Amino acid sequence: MSRSRVAWVALPVALAMTLSACGGGGGSSTAGGKEDPDGTVSIYGTEPKSTLFPANTTEAGGGKITDALFTRLVGYKPEDGATFNLAAESIESSDAKVYKIKLKPGQKFHDGTDVKAKNFVDAWNYAAYAPNAQQAGSFMAPIEGYKDVHPADEAAKPAKDKMSGLKVVSDTEFEVTLSAPNSVFPIMIGYQPFAPLPDAFFADPKAFEAKPIGNGPMKFVSRTPNALIKLERFDDYKLEDKVHFKTLDVKIYSSQETAYQDLVAGKLDFMEALPPSAKVGEKYKADLGDQVLNANLLSQSAIALPYYIPAFKDNVKLRQAISMAINREQITKTVLAGSYVPSDGWVSPGIKGYRKGICGEYCTYNPEKAKQLFQESGFTGKLTIQSNQDGGRKEPLEAACNSIKQALGVECEFVGATNFGAFRQIVDGKQLTGMSRSDWSADYPSIENFLNPLYRTGGSSNDSNYSNPAVDALLEKADGTANPDEAIKLYQQAEDLIAKDMPSIPTWNEKGIGARSKNLLAAKLTFTRDAELAAFRVKAKS
Amino acid sequence: MGRYVLRRLLQLIPVFLGTTFLIYALVWAIPQDPFSGKCGQRPCDPSYIAEMSAKLNLNDPLLIQYFKYLGNLLTGDFGTTFNGVSVGEQISTSWPITFKLGIIAVIIEALIGIIAGVLTGLRKQGFLDNLVLVSTLFLISLPVFVTGFVLRLYLGPQGFDIMDTSVSTDPTIGELILPGFVLGSLSMAYVARLTRTSIVENRRSDYVRTAIAKGQPQTRVVGIHLLRNSLIPVITFLGTDLGSLMGGAIVTEGVFNINGIGGLIFRGIQEKEGVMVTGIVTLLVLVYLLASLLVDLLYAVLDPRIRYE
Repeated sequence: MSRSRVAWVALPVALAMTLSACGGGGGSSTAGGKEDPDGTVSIYGTEPKSTLFPANTTEAGGGKITDALFTRLVGYKPEDGATFNLAAESIESSDAKVYKIKLKPGQKFHDGTDVKAKNFVDAWNYAAYAPNAQQAGSFMAPIEGYKDVHPADEAAKPAKDKMSGLKVVSDTEFEVTLSAPNSVFPIMIGYQPFAPLPDAFFADPKAFEAKPIGNGPMKFVSRTPNALIKLERFDDYKLEDKVHFKTLDVKIYSSQETAYQDLVAGKLDFMEALPPSAKVGEKYKADLGDQVLNANLLSQSAIALPYYIPAFKDNVKLRQAISMAINREQITKTVLAGSYVPSDGWVSPGIKGYRKGICGEYCTYNPEKAKQLFQESGFTGKLTIQSNQDGGRKEPLEAACNSIKQALGVECEFVGATNFGAFRQIVDGKQLTGMSRSDWSADYPSIENFLNPLYRTGGSSNDSNYSNPAVDALLEKADGTANPDEAIKLYQQAEDLIAKDMPSIPTWNEKGIGARSKNLLAAKLTFTRDAELAAFRVKAKS
Repeated sequence: MGRYVLRRLLQLIPVFLGTTFLIYALVWAIPQDPFSGKCGQRPCDPSYIAEMSAKLNLNDPLLIQYFKYLGNLLTGDFGTTFNGVSVGEQISTSWPITFKLGIIAVIIEALIGIIAGVLTGLRKQGFLDNLVLVSTLFLISLPVFVTGFVLRLYLGPQGFDIMDTSVSTDPTIGELILPGFVLGSLSMAYVARLTRTSIVENRRSDYVRTAIAKGQPQTRVVGIHLLRNSLIPVITFLGTDLGSLMGGAIVTEGVFNINGIGGLIFRGIQEKEGVMVTGIVTLLVLVYLLASLLVDLLYAVLDPRIRYE
């Protein structure tokens, strides 16, 4: 959800999706030396913005803590985000509507109690129940009975506190019934709100808040607000994403620059993103050499042209003209210092279902054709691009504006909001007066997550207010298709229709650039821009 | 004297009430929905907003909100932020660090500033005078973050390696000396110039001439008669500076990653967490008031003509 937040302070990412579980997209690096299996790793962190409940954590600062503390049913593979079983032994369904889930035996929470099917069911019910006010509660929406515990009308009191779609079969088995077939559900359950909660949570949530008890590879030790969160290896953890060091210090920084200096000096072991100053002229390569970590991110930057603005409504030629007037190649190389690549579609590369060049010539810089289309579009007046101006958001969009200005001969201006909150208030309130930045990062690795929230009528992040019944129908059909490959084909057809309408203009995709310190032998950055803790190895102090 | 102090202390009560209300109202009036952007790229779930608003009394009218807050404050409860951590706990970890940093900065700026001021004031127009003049001008023209970054670069591991790039979670006095120097550098320049001007003025005054005529040694003339009287404007400046150094150290705290009050306020304003901002600013107001009381009392010590009754 939000990769957009503010790069300095909180690195966007969102979420939690995360996986420490296994995921990584790739960037790993190793070095020679002896390994210390009981070493300490310190990673860059920001102060969590919510309580440390898995279903209440939707931003990076808290997400990296809950991710290490809680293990979900499935994890994600590094290469293409394919899922594999973690806490689950098997997940079976014949119709994509009823899922039978079996747990691996012998799993324990950090307080020594067993991880049972009921812990998952209780946790999911807790997340969905409206009065519990869990930020990510709406992820339970596909489950049957969600409307009873979470009525659409916020003032209404929920009729029940349990979803009818969840049924405990035995200690290690439960059954999930969805309100409609959903082929993506087995992927979604790798996302944080689907973590189990121990009985201790329901007995005393306040105590749990102060000292969370999870079932993940690391357990909670202590927390100094705004300074440090300490985790420690949970020795009873048997699953394949267990960690190979003892202590994890999440150091809270108010400035990425300072954290970077600490990293170079060896006082901090891992950063999932580097500050703009280090990227200038690729300085980080000189500073860090083979300690740099790379990963494909599941993110998509775009410029939305809202349909509620009369000049943009149904004016496809204008959309295409603007898109062709943006010199993506040059902007990603210069202004963005190579940390982004030009985008050619509405789905992030590296994900299953991505096809190269979907946007085709309309996402290729061509000032002559752009100018011609622009004249045919009949647009007069001034163009604007709105965004928050902190966190390095301003510069690339100003460059895009300049590119548009030069190619089309039209006035273009960047309009900045002071921060992300102020900007989202404008967007969510449908009060945009021109184009706007519309960046997305996936909650879970599925092509579905790049389309449904953004382009379906009434989607939760449909910034351009786009609505096309044909797209909606295709997406609905795809959601209800049990066969994953068939479903992907349908999603791709929906993307083709979106490409014709161009509700938003794809601009660039971010590359994950992080780094490790020389105290580590190995580290890995995931495609969700997280630390792949299972891949970390600490160098023994000689 | 005792009655004066008591009267001043009693004045704290209305000032305390006034400032807390003012700050609370100001934060309340920030024209931004506290929930916008809190849930990432999509709007927050309505049920989440409804529950949190009820929990944090966001739906009450301003006055009711304020009195609820004040009531809790009197029982020692500073409230909780959105992430469920109590404001009291956050302040109690950050406050000692900021206090240490502020005191260190004031000591450094006073020590170096006054010495430089006295030396230049006594030898007006000399080489030293010009040197201090130029170097203070230089310091004043540098923004604090530049001083911070430059010192960290040259004294840190990539330079002379005599300091770390950031301080530890619970920094010692030693670790805070350099950040304190950076924080106090700007005021140090002011102190030096203020002292110099004051010394230059008072050198020609009657009581100094008398002291010299009495045949007193130079050190006594300067140290007791001249300096004591010249310090009054400097002390006034230092007293108010202590307060602003504590609340305004946001930049320095960021550069050295110090978990202090400045960063808390900054975050509180950004996240629109009124309880956090009000709690800290109230404390800062108290520091200002106490520091200015101390300054007023010091006047009497420095200048025998001043008496409080």
